[in-house]
Amino acid sequence: MPESYILEMNHITKTFPGVKALDDITLKVVPGTVHSLMGENGAGKSTLMNCLLGIYALDQGEIIFDGQKVNFKGPADALRSHISMVHQELNQVLDRSVMENIWLGRFPMKGILVDEQQMYQDTKKIFDELDIHVDPKVKSGALQVADRQMVEIAKAISYDAKVIAMDEPTSSLTENEVAHLFRIINMLKKRGVSIIYISHKMEEIMKISDYVTVMRDGQLVATRKKNEITTDEIIRLMVGRELKERYPKREITPGDIVLEVKNLTAQGAEFRDVSIDLHKGEILGIAGLVGAGRTEFLETLFGIREKKSGTVLLNGSEIDNSTPQKARKNGFAMLTEERRYNGIFADLSVSFNSIIASLDQYKKNVILLSDRKIKKTVDRTVSDLNIKTPNNQSPIGNLSGGNQQKVILGRWLLTEPNILLLDEPTRGIDVGAKYEIYQIMNRLAAEGKSIIMVSSEMPELLGVCDRIMVMSNGRQAGILNAKEANQVMLMEASAKYVSEGGAAS
Amino acid sequence: MKTRPIDLKSIFKKLFTEKIIYVVLFFLIVGIVIIQPKFLSIRNFTNILAQSSTKIIIALAAGMVLMVRGCDLSTGRMIGLAAVISASLLQDADYAYRMYPHLKELPIIVPLLLVVAMCACLGLISGICVAHLKVPPIIATLAMQLVLYGAASIYFDRPPYGAQPIGGITIRLTRLCVGSIQFGPIRLPYLTIIAIVTIVIMWILWNKTKFGKYMYAVGGNPEAAEVSGVNVNRILKITYALAAVMYAVAAVLEVGRIGSASNSTGNGYEMDAIASCVVGGVSMSGGIGSVGGIVIGALIFTVINYGLSFIGVNMYWQYIVKGMIILFAVIVDMRKYAKRK
Repeated sequence: MPESYILEMNHITKTFPGVKALDDITLKVVPGTVHSLMGENGAGKSTLMNCLLGIYALDQGEIIFDGQKVNFKGPADALRSHISMVHQELNQVLDRSVMENIWLGRFPMKGILVDEQQMYQDTKKIFDELDIHVDPKVKSGALQVADRQMVEIAKAISYDAKVIAMDEPTSSLTENEVAHLFRIINMLKKRGVSIIYISHKMEEIMKISDYVTVMRDGQLVATRKKNEITTDEIIRLMVGRELKERYPKREITPGDIVLEVKNLTAQGAEFRDVSIDLHKGEILGIAGLVGAGRTEFLETLFGIREKKSGTVLLNGSEIDNSTPQKARKNGFAMLTEERRYNGIFADLSVSFNSIIASLDQYKKNVILLSDRKIKKTVDRTVSDLNIKTPNNQSPIGNLSGGNQQKVILGRWLLTEPNILLLDEPTRGIDVGAKYEIYQIMNRLAAEGKSIIMVSSEMPELLGVCDRIMVMSNGRQAGILNAKEANQVMLMEASAKYVSEGGAAS
Repeated sequence: MKTRPIDLKSIFKKLFTEKIIYVVLFFLIVGIVIIQPKFLSIRNFTNILAQSSTKIIIALAAGMVLMVRGCDLSTGRMIGLAAVISASLLQDADYAYRMYPHLKELPIIVPLLLVVAMCACLGLISGICVAHLKVPPIIATLAMQLVLYGAASIYFDRPPYGAQPIGGITIRLTRLCVGSIQFGPIRLPYLTIIAIVTIVIMWILWNKTKFGKYMYAVGGNPEAAEVSGVNVNRILKITYALAAVMYAVAAVLEVGRIGSASNSTGNGYEMDAIASCVVGGVSMSGGIGSVGGIVIGALIFTVINYGLSFIGVNMYWQYIVKGMIILFAVIVDMRKYAKRK
């Protein structure tokens, strides 16, 4: 393409411990165009943007902006060079006014005082230009999420940006507001501003883009002009790879239904009306995009979150799982998504971390616990699950992610659960440990335990599960038989309710 | 059998990073001894043991609260309230200024149980504020501190005798609190024996019981504890209440040791207790700490207090020294964490 570029990211490589997050990515942005970035969760889109803004340092590669080689030290540095970003998560000071949020860090000054008048006029001018009807003096927290999103977009524009990266800017917008955003984007294009547009919503991509780049597993799969590519092609490119033998074989004979969840609905808007039944010895997967309500569903089932309505039946009789303690007594176990946040006790020993959910088993008498029983149990767990640790008294925080995960799995196996809820059980752990975890899951299923697993890796779900429920925007978008399903089907179901203003907001 | 060579280098490294506080305190004590060699006498040793006994009990109680990511500022004033109430019920029958002139002499156990029950309730209230009402522990116990001081003062300062220290404590109690057993050249105060019993009970509670493990879990990571099926709120409530029970026991012992009580009894004890814990390696971020560490911390603090007075350092300067030790200990603690993350 003999065009000139406003931004060139050449051969960008970024490695995190154990993961190659970006592998030789080259992205070139033409002035006055919308360049869409697509890919599954974890494909590396956000990482690439963080590299652009200088939040992450590059391992290799160079960034050329406006003909100059640049190396931003952080977002503030990037903003000074007129590159701004609308983040997926809204970062606003909710107790301060809209205009203060927009000009934070660069207030117009009159001597040593902030020039409120000037700030108001500047904000008003931008809002008028963009046709945004928000009072600059009102507190950010008083606005609807959609309005806050528009304010955030106005803020990004206020830096006289030449390139604006937008990460899922429409996730909280209704159809009318999306149309409004697109009018703004078209206006910006006319001014020569380039937009890097990240979204999962296929229709939007096809409507607004000039170029589409697809990423997968940290690699760039293809960059095409919009009118040279179709929706189906994009999905194929995103999903791509063939399934290899990365999953242990298993022959399943699902038994009777053990768990029935009927119309479970979250207290908030995270998910609603989810119904499943789970058979003895079955592994049920839950697929969906980030924010589809998968984690919230599992956490509600385990009593970490409050439910609004719905019933849970275990072996035909209704149970109350309103707290994790009750869930544990009912034979449930839960591996949470954020291991560090609510999984491990990082400073405490492997031994402590293993036994904490099953202390009643080690009682010597009414008061005391038996060190001998504890030691025996921990030794057995460590060898059964092949946990690699210097010794059982080492702090679990010193172990690798995979071994930490095995310890927590061990903690729950000691409670002798019948139903295991696993939220992203293999996230952030290496391939070998992943395989071991799949094997443990298979063994448990063979012993007649039932498993529900949330995962963002579709090949993993297809390789490990018997059936897969897909959630989309807080709603159940279908249950597929894993043997008959493929990634395109999962992808389509995941996007089923996404374009609707829907449950999640 | 493999023998492990003594790794002097790593021992020194640890001594001068994580354990630097002990090194500093060691030199402080050496300094005291150099200035006044008589400090090293059996008499001083016994005095230090006696003085540190109640401090240890109080520090262990405050340490439990620190362990569950709390911080109890009401320690001193709770001891004050328990002290004036128990003292008023433990006056000698023939003492002239009895608060309740017509009261029969009560067995020690009666006022003891009364203040234990009262403090358990008060501690439970703090625990409920922290656990269920999500009040930050410092604020909840600060408010509690003010209320308790007010209550103790109203109880204490009233006709006919007004703000007179409540004296004439029955000899049955004072004998217990100032008496001792002679072991050869060493006099072992009864108070020290009580402290040792408390230490043993606490050690078992912390290390060998379900409650102890849950306490470490709640302090180490409350979210993970909740997910693991620990009733976090219940553990918090029990911890605050149990600490308060120990304050009540310490208050009665203090009444016996001092021989009187007033509304200023116990003033500032929370600071000594927290300082002992911090010096003894309890993390202000919760979840880390040991009974042994707290006991050593409390002993070191008493030695320094006593030693500084012994060589005639003025009270005001002692405050400055203590303040700096606390600050230093917390800085070391925080740096330990900063490195790990």
